[in-house]
Order: sequence, then structure tokens, then C-alpha cells
Amino acid sequence: MKNIWIICRKELRSYFVSPVAYILLVMFAVIFGFFFWNSVGYFVNMAMEATMEGEQFPMNVNEQVMRPLLANINVIGLFFIPLITMRLFAEEKRSGTIELLTTSPITDMQVIIGKWLSAVIMYALMLAATVLDILFLFKFGNPDWKPLAIGYLGLLLQAGGLIAIGTFISTLTRNQIIAGAVTFGVCLLLWVLGWVSQYENATWAQVLSYMSVITHFESFAKGLLDTKDVIFDATVIFLGLFFTARSMESMRWRS
Amino acid sequence: MITVNGLTKRYAHTTAVDHISFEVKKGQIVGFLGPNGAGKTTTMRMLTCFLTPTGGAATVAGFDILEQPLEVKKRIGYLPETPPVYLEMRIAEYLSFVGQLKGLSGVELRSRVDYVCERCAVADVRNKIIGKLSKGYRQRVGLAQAIIHNPDVLILDEPTAGLDPKQINETRDLIKSLAGDHTIILSTHILPEVSQTCEQVIIINKGKIVATDSVSNLQQRARSGESVIVEVAGRNGSLDAATVQHKLEQISGVSRVLPKADGQRRLIFEVEATKDMGVRGNVARAVVESGWDLNELRPAALSLEEIFLQLTGSEAPAEMEPVAAGETKE
Repeated sequence: MKNIWIICRKELRSYFVSPVAYILLVMFAVIFGFFFWNSVGYFVNMAMEATMEGEQFPMNVNEQVMRPLLANINVIGLFFIPLITMRLFAEEKRSGTIELLTTSPITDMQVIIGKWLSAVIMYALMLAATVLDILFLFKFGNPDWKPLAIGYLGLLLQAGGLIAIGTFISTLTRNQIIAGAVTFGVCLLLWVLGWVSQYENATWAQVLSYMSVITHFESFAKGLLDTKDVIFDATVIFLGLFFTARSMESMRWRS
Repeated sequence: MITVNGLTKRYAHTTAVDHISFEVKKGQIVGFLGPNGAGKTTTMRMLTCFLTPTGGAATVAGFDILEQPLEVKKRIGYLPETPPVYLEMRIAEYLSFVGQLKGLSGVELRSRVDYVCERCAVADVRNKIIGKLSKGYRQRVGLAQAIIHNPDVLILDEPTAGLDPKQINETRDLIKSLAGDHTIILSTHILPEVSQTCEQVIIINKGKIVATDSVSNLQQRARSGESVIVEVAGRNGSLDAATVQHKLEQISGVSRVLPKADGQRRLIFEVEATKDMGVRGNVARAVVESGWDLNELRPAALSLEEIFLQLTGSEAPAEMEPVAAGETKE
């Protein structure tokens, strides 16, 4: 546990001593801010129209502002996750520091979990930047915090899975750009797999759709905590880290 | 301290290290010598548990590298060919990170960081960012990193590669000063380095060990007795070989004179002397006093370079001085 933390802290430091962390945080916050502004603006407009026409259809901040916004954060995250994970191992392989880590008295798994955890914390900090905007909703509206919390939990769990995949891909190359591009491709595929279920109902389509991360995010976005979705994300995390460990082991054979 | 038994590393198409066995005793400095691509780095990487061997066994400080890698790693300090430094870190911060990786903490960690900074002469720049340092400083940080947990065994892969002559000397002195407390294996393809720093040499070529011996023994092997090559020329006209040979044989301390080559105007002899006699001065005097010219007088012993070339075939290491074409001792 101590070793994991040593690695994790070092990784976080290297995000923050370079401009990487600040650029990611600022870009994420700006893009989300724009989405938020749009979404709230639209909601306010709708509300005014509804009052003017005297109609009484129910308006709900959670359903009409937060749910699409959570989906939006998820899409922005898709673009940013490869940027967080691509350097994790590729950089160590290029600079040769991987030799330091693998010849120190710590296990491969401690290195992997430490690095993965640092990336998850980095993503969590990006999510935290969006909370600042959400606070305005609490100031001027009356949203329910519980579905919101579950939505954020879903974002974090799903990102944990994608980050584990990105960590694995980063061990395969010493070139950060390759690692980033492949991670983005794989994440995007896991995203769009769900689309087949829109026109096809056969078993294969259901299987594909079930493998899509977006299928499992939907209930989180609605504020529902479903065991099967949590297990799905946990499985992706486990598999990603498992493959990372196998990949590190194979480095010891190939050099 | 280190025993290696039939260690082998095979890749898909090549065998990088082929059944090598050797032993290193506690406190020794051992030089691992060989041309580029001989398998030095691969062997070191296997000893540090960075690579898994395909065959054979090795133990470091009594622990098997396959069975108890964590115990082995605790006892090894390793400096790879390029120092494994994080360029964005400050020296003290980096050393403290490595110390933590090796299991140090608290007061002990801080005192070790201070100690290795002093020892490797980086104390004055300890708060500088490593990326802004010269290669020599990075190398010293690499060494500091390797000794931070006071390991029993130090494995250094080409510790002086890419340094300027002054830095090379400083690094060598540093390594020598570390020898008391640590057992050291260092690899190099620079020969003078071995004769200057190491007690024991392992010469490796194409994945196989071609010689294991102490530096002095290797040189002894080349310099059995003292023998000198003499080239004599006549002042006016030709020389009679038999006369010259006779004259040389009469010099005190000379045991045998072998004619090596004779031309119209010059004669070359190999003069063997009994041990511990300064025969060269006598030879020079005798030749000159007889009215002949002394064109050349040099020791016939093989240099370490020549031994190395003999052992590893014709492939000369890159950094080597061009070897004078000369007689080899049969």
C-alpha cells in the first residue's frame, strides 16, 4: 500500500510540475462551462416560455439540465482520458526510467496500481472543476443531490475502466502519440458499440451493445445505482490492469 | 556474493548470453569487458531482475534471482547505461523518491539523501532540475541513486560512457572509493578503465566468457619474463647478423636472442632477459658502443589491448587506441 502511494504521488507530481495538469484542467473546465451555459440557458428559456403560455408541464433541473450535462462530461472525458494515460508507461520506456522501477524492490502490480490511481485522481480533479458550475444550480435552483452524486460516481467508475485500458496500451509502446491514438480509438469503439442495438435485436447485437460503456452509463445518468453496471465497470478496470501486468511481465522476456 | 551458473538468454533468432558462469567475491570490483553487443548489458539486466533468463541460475547475496527477486532487488544498486532519471525532477527530490522505492523513510531517508549527495559531489546542485544538468552530473545522480539504500552489490553499466576525460577520472575515483563497502560489477568496452579500476576481469564475446582472471594475471600472461624487441641498423653498409646476435647474447642479463627479421640494412631481434633485470639500458649501450644505430627498442609484451583482440577475434572495440602492428608472442 505504501509503495502504491509512493508511485502515485510521484505520478501526480509529474502531472503538476509540467503544464499538462493545468492545461487539462483548464480546457476541461472551459468546455464544460460552455456546455453548462448552453444547457442552463436553454432550460431558462423553456421555463419562461412555459410560464408565458401558462402551461403547467413539469420542469425538472435534474432531468433537463443535469442528465444531458453528465452525458456531455462523459464525451469530453473520452477525448481527455487518452491524454492522461498515454504517458504513464510510454514515457518511462522511452527515458529508460522503467529500469529503475522494475529493478526496485516493489512488485509490478504496485507500480501499475499506483500509476492507474494517479490517472484516476487526475480525472477526478477534472470532474471536481465541473462541480463549481453545478454549485450555481444549487444556489438558484433546487436540484436533488443524490442522482447527481450517483451520476458522478458513474463517470468516475467508467473513466476508471477506460484509464485501465489506456494504462495497458501505454505499456505496449514507447511512443506517447501511438499510445494516445490507440487508446482514443479503443475508447471510441467501446463507446459506439452500443449503437447497433438501435436497429438490430439479434443476440450478437445485444452482446455488442452490452459491451459498450455507454449502455452502462445510462442508468448512472438517470441517478440509478445498478449493481450490474458497477460490476461491468469493475470488470473493465480489473481486465485492464490484469493485461497491463501481463504486458509488463512480457517486457522481462523481450527486453 | 554473486554466483552465476549457466545463465542463458535467448531471443527469437539470437542467443544474447550463452551459458555463462562466474563468481564474484564480497568487496571485489569486477570488470565486465567485451565489444559492443557481446551480451554485457543483457547479463547485468538478468542479475538485476530486469530481464528473465531463459536458462541457468544466479544468486545475489544468497538469494535466487528467479525465486526471490524482491530480496535480490533490495540488495542491488543498478545504474543502467542511461541514468534512469526523471528530467523534470530536482536532484534531492528524485533521490528521495528512489530512496522511498528502495524502502527508506523518515530520518534515515533524509540522512541517506544528504550522504549520497556529498559522496557523489552533487550537494551543491541538489535543488537543480535534473533536465538542466550536464551529462556528467546526470551520471553522478545515477550513481547516487544506485547507492542510496547502501546495497551489498552495485551493478554499473558503462558508468563512464559519454563523459569527458576529467569526468571519467572523477567517476572512476568515485567507483574505486565505493569498493570497500560494496561488491561492484561494472561493464565497459574501454580497456584502460579495467586496468585502472578493476581487480578481476571477465572478458565476454558473442555471449560467451572467453577469459576470467585478475588484471595482473592477464598482464603477467602477456609479459612472461621481460623481453624486448631491438632493431639495429648499420652505419655504413650492411651488417652481419651473426655478429650482432653474438654481441647481444653477451650482454649481462640476456638469456636468449631470437632473430626476427633481417633486411639489407636493418636487423630485428627479440631479446629475452631473465626476470627483474633492467636489460633495456644494457642493450642500448651495447648496440651504440658497437657503432651501430639503434632504431627501435620496445617491450615485446602484449598490451591489454592485444590480449583482448586475441581473445575476442579481430573485432576491435570502438574506443580503443589503434594497436601498433607488431609481433605477437607465440
